[in-house]
Amino acid sequence: MPFGIPGLFTGPIQSAGTLQVLAVGLVLAGLAMSYDVIFGYTGLLSFGHALPFALGVYGTNLLMEHLGIQYPLAVVAAVIGNLAVAAILGAVALRTAGVAFAMVTLAFAEAFALLVLTDPFRFLGGEEGLTLASDYVPDIFRGVVNLRYIYWLALLFAVFVFVVAWRLVSSKAGRVFAAIRENEPRVEMLGLRPFQFKLASFVISSGLAALGGSVYLLVVRGANAGTTSAEFTLSILVMVVLGGAGKLWGAALGGLVYGILSLRLSSLANSDAIAGLPQWLSGPLSEPLFILGALFVLLMLFAPGGISSIITRTRSA
Amino acid sequence: MSSFVLLTISALGLAGLYFLLASGLSLIFGLMSVLNLAHGAFFAVGGYAAWFVMDSLDALSPGPRFVVAVLASAAVGAVAGAVVELGLIRKLYGKHTEQILLTIGLGTAAVALMGGWFTFDPRLLAQPAWFGNTTAILGANVPNNRLLILGVAILLFAGLMVFLTRTRHGLIIRAGVENPSMVRALGIDVSRSFTLVFSIGGLLAGVGGALGAVFFNGINPSLGTAQLIFAFIVVVIGGLGSIPGTAVASVLVALTQVYVNNYGATGMGSISVVVLLAAILLIRPQGLLGKVQA
Repeated sequence: MPFGIPGLFTGPIQSAGTLQVLAVGLVLAGLAMSYDVIFGYTGLLSFGHALPFALGVYGTNLLMEHLGIQYPLAVVAAVIGNLAVAAILGAVALRTAGVAFAMVTLAFAEAFALLVLTDPFRFLGGEEGLTLASDYVPDIFRGVVNLRYIYWLALLFAVFVFVVAWRLVSSKAGRVFAAIRENEPRVEMLGLRPFQFKLASFVISSGLAALGGSVYLLVVRGANAGTTSAEFTLSILVMVVLGGAGKLWGAALGGLVYGILSLRLSSLANSDAIAGLPQWLSGPLSEPLFILGALFVLLMLFAPGGISSIITRTRSA
Repeated sequence: MSSFVLLTISALGLAGLYFLLASGLSLIFGLMSVLNLAHGAFFAVGGYAAWFVMDSLDALSPGPRFVVAVLASAAVGAVAGAVVELGLIRKLYGKHTEQILLTIGLGTAAVALMGGWFTFDPRLLAQPAWFGNTTAILGANVPNNRLLILGVAILLFAGLMVFLTRTRHGLIIRAGVENPSMVRALGIDVSRSFTLVFSIGGLLAGVGGALGAVFFNGINPSLGTAQLIFAFIVVVIGGLGSIPGTAVASVLVALTQVYVNNYGATGMGSISVVVLLAAILLIRPQGLLGKVQA
């Protein structure tokens, strides 16, 4: 039963274009939820969450291309590899807190971004990125005609992250995360060691992000240097805050909305309605980032709890 | 030997740019606990102001025109800083995370705005002839524009230190960095210092933008944001809220970056700066000269 949401999507829900947009939105929803675990629940402001995601994208592709491993096994290997990397980097970074922690995580992510861009060993693809090693991808995910299966995979991923994250934050460990966010010295006084919990939170969320990267590889059919950048890490933060930090469904909503908006805003930007405006208006309005940035500023001023807070506010009003 | 001298002075010029960008960040964070991620936009705005002056003020010869251009970038940066603080940051008084997030949105929007108005293609700054000439120093032929950038940065550093140590407003700012609640308890209106600090930061970044347009051969909207990461690294290495620390760290970071890029492998310079940051944070989390615990 085809139906579409005119204005938001170009075609009916089953069309390739719309499925693609939704798939991206779902991967970002999962990514946002994984970031909400460390940021919204544990209170760790990490500026390096793009790193595990990018490692998932690049790692999976490189494992397939250079070691001839099939996609499912490559995904598992990439996620496990990321868990190990996150454990090491987290152990180093969590020796600091607050702004210093943000800077260290930013630095680690930047180091990888620079490594990819300068590509000293000539296998990371540099600015152009890598194309998907489709020989090792199961037939069901190959080709535009099978886009619906990639969509289902993305949906599966988002649901999986939600389930894992929900189990985690509802568990006793999850309550310690929230306690660390609210008052870390008190947690110590209660006899618990915050470091272990922070590290666990960091590692698990990195693993989830890496899994997202592996799925994203299929959705966009390649590895792109943009996913390593500081801008991308900041946009993850934007997604979570947009939806509402500290609430998983809020973060998921933020990721979905951000994903759809960032893809669809460019066609709004190039539309005739905008082009008809005087140059000083149409110039900025044709930049999707301007609209996003301005919306975010307004959001921070009037609804810092994100979209989810607006929804809950109107429900209780 | 002469290439080493050339490299070093070039690196010091870059250090000057980092200082101009980082000092404002350091003060803003030290006093207000706000990570101003829109600071790169002040840099770009200053650069465009300078470009505009150089492009349109034909009545003056290039030399004095450049002086006016730098003054214009300083003024525009200062106004931008004040407007941002008064209009936006102040509305979220005390809510640090929200303020940081607002600056993220603002920085993104501002860069996109400039891109929409001026396009993202770099614009070359018309420069006085003697910028392109060289001066012989210790056997090396150093481009004059590098010396100019270094000179202006040193001048502004000195000016900033005088302001902080010899004026009443500077004293309030330094006290506010150390202990904001005490300053308020003494009945001093800290919020005016907030606007002042944002304004100073904008001014310094604006001048940085004008000089950066010279150093990087052109101004584009993303120029400030690209350098912002290095500026943050400088701030953290130097110590949040410490201007001398920022100055030392600027030199350290710039020298590391340039030397490694030249004597090591190209591209490894930025990575080595990142390694430097991680190393310093592990040994001394408050930075080289910082008093504020990060």
